[in-house]
Amino acid sequence: MAHSPDRRPILLDFEKPLAELESRIIQIRELAEENEVDVSGEIRQLEERALQLRQEIFSSLSPLQRMQVARHPRRPSTLDYIQAICDEWMELHGDRGGHDDPAVVGGVASINGRAVLMLGQQKGRDTKDNITRNFGMASPGGYRKAMRLMEHADRFHMPILTFIDTPGAYPGMSAEELGQGEAIAYNLREMFRLDVPIICTVVGEGGSGGALGIGVGDRLLMFEHSVYTVATPEACAAILWKDSAKANQAAEALKITAADLKNLGILDEILAEPIGGAHSDPLKAAETLKEAILRNLAELDQLTNQQRRELRYQKFRSIGVFAETTV
Amino acid sequence: MSLFDWFANRQKSGPATPEGQEREIADGLWTKCEACGALTYTKDLRSNQMVCLECDHHMRVYSDQRISQLIDANTWVAIDENLHPVDPLKFRDRKSYSDRIRETQEKTRLTDAVQTGIGQIESLPLALGVMDFRFMGGSMGSVVGEKLTRLIERATQQHIPVVIVCASGGARMQEGMLSLMQMAKISGALERHQSHRLLYIPVLTHPTTGGVTASFAMLGDIILAEPKATIGFAGRRVVEQTLREKLPEDFQTSEYLLQHGFVDAIVPRTQLKRSLAQLIRLHQPAAPSSHLVSSFPAIKALSKTALD
Ligand SMILES: [Zn+2]
Repeated sequence: MAHSPDRRPILLDFEKPLAELESRIIQIRELAEENEVDVSGEIRQLEERALQLRQEIFSSLSPLQRMQVARHPRRPSTLDYIQAICDEWMELHGDRGGHDDPAVVGGVASINGRAVLMLGQQKGRDTKDNITRNFGMASPGGYRKAMRLMEHADRFHMPILTFIDTPGAYPGMSAEELGQGEAIAYNLREMFRLDVPIICTVVGEGGSGGALGIGVGDRLLMFEHSVYTVATPEACAAILWKDSAKANQAAEALKITAADLKNLGILDEILAEPIGGAHSDPLKAAETLKEAILRNLAELDQLTNQQRRELRYQKFRSIGVFAETTV
Repeated sequence: MSLFDWFANRQKSGPATPEGQEREIADGLWTKCEACGALTYTKDLRSNQMVCLECDHHMRVYSDQRISQLIDANTWVAIDENLHPVDPLKFRDRKSYSDRIRETQEKTRLTDAVQTGIGQIESLPLALGVMDFRFMGGSMGSVVGEKLTRLIERATQQHIPVVIVCASGGARMQEGMLSLMQMAKISGALERHQSHRLLYIPVLTHPTTGGVTASFAMLGDIILAEPKATIGFAGRRVVEQTLREKLPEDFQTSEYLLQHGFVDAIVPRTQLKRSLAQLIRLHQPAAPSSHLVSSFPAIKALSKTALD
């Protein structure tokens, strides 16, 4: 999608054995060509082993490894998905309060000929881009821009599709001064008021309140290797274990994977990723996303505005686990 | 004798020797102000709602005390006292969450970090939630979320205002994403309460941070704060690390939020009940105006004259 083919792959630690095997296949193929020997049988065998290894690695990722996949620099971003699944798209800017946060993108679009509003957090594709995008950490202006666009969608009867991909809301001094808490809180309440269908998808990492600030919808979808956390494992380890090196344990304990959240009744649907993660085949991931959005939208279309709002209320109303003793 | 002299006398009769002092502080007879160091007879401090008589420092008050400070005597009816936290994630850090719950419950005699109920404030009906910082830093998990949601839903049904006294470090990590989702759940209940044109006033006390700030603490029709409370979204240390520089002295205080437009008024604790009651009275639905009714015959009379 957005990646030029000449860029070298960025490897995660657990991908290294796979990368070694793959480079050996290339070496053997080159050697065979030079010496005019037929090694196609051996190569086929090695390629099968590589595929098997890839499947093994990606089917048994630890929560922290999943987080690495979710944060992979080549993981398709909100704009990548928007461009891949829309027939038309026009980005709109500004919160009408003096800010246009580049960490939140949004605009009007059409998907399968249907006008919709799309918005999400946007991470950068390289260091320079990431600095511009503030690593996908939205400021209060970003949440207000999101709300302004969602209210626009509600007025023009456009379904809202949000894409979550943020390590969290920006924890800077300017953000506190401009009311980061208020900006997120306002969205949480107002998203319950909207009449149009809302589908939220965690495409990368869902970081706490910063993710939830565009995450109140009728449906919550999540890619297989995405994570959604109440606090980053690093921060949680520092606070509860008094040792940020315990991030691995914290990631396990916090239950942050799509499967965990499905079990807890928070998530509606897990979107399968291509073997090797969404970044190994972004177009295939986009196809999966588009199919899921259209299918869920068709279901939500069957309901009246009133029914949808009631459904949205009950969806969140039922989340929580506690004991109720009889008095 | 003026109240001031009375207090002054009380102080003179305080513990004379340093050893006696230490012992009587330990006994809870005397309380030392953490802001100015003044020693005050605890009973006097209590009757001043735990506000230092010397420097006006607002010491921490817990939920029982707060309820009796705000609610008219013999009108408080607690609700949902039978909700208890469980350990849905089987969470264990250096200690297991279930042990932490049990120990905290024994120590505080609270079920979780919020008390909710219906009572009267200067004879006006009110749904009140009071968070308690002693219970795991007032953190918000499933029980806090459920109790506040039920409180707000009940207030919507009964058409009465809601006040929530906030004191919280944010979402409770030991319940993972279930805690985060309570922010949305409570906000949804507030949307319904608000759409019925009912009044909601959060009172921000020290400290109000994290997920509580990013949800119900900032959703008031009117937002009050106690003096010098810490109120913010991100922790001060996190902000410092992001900036790599020192922050202004008053950063994330009630006064700072007032200056930046996120708090309506800072109200000293000793005036809180009166201010809340005043606001609730001012926002009561207007009764049919007797002035308008009595003016009808006059109009009739006038039109009759005109017809004649
Ligand atoms: Zn003092």
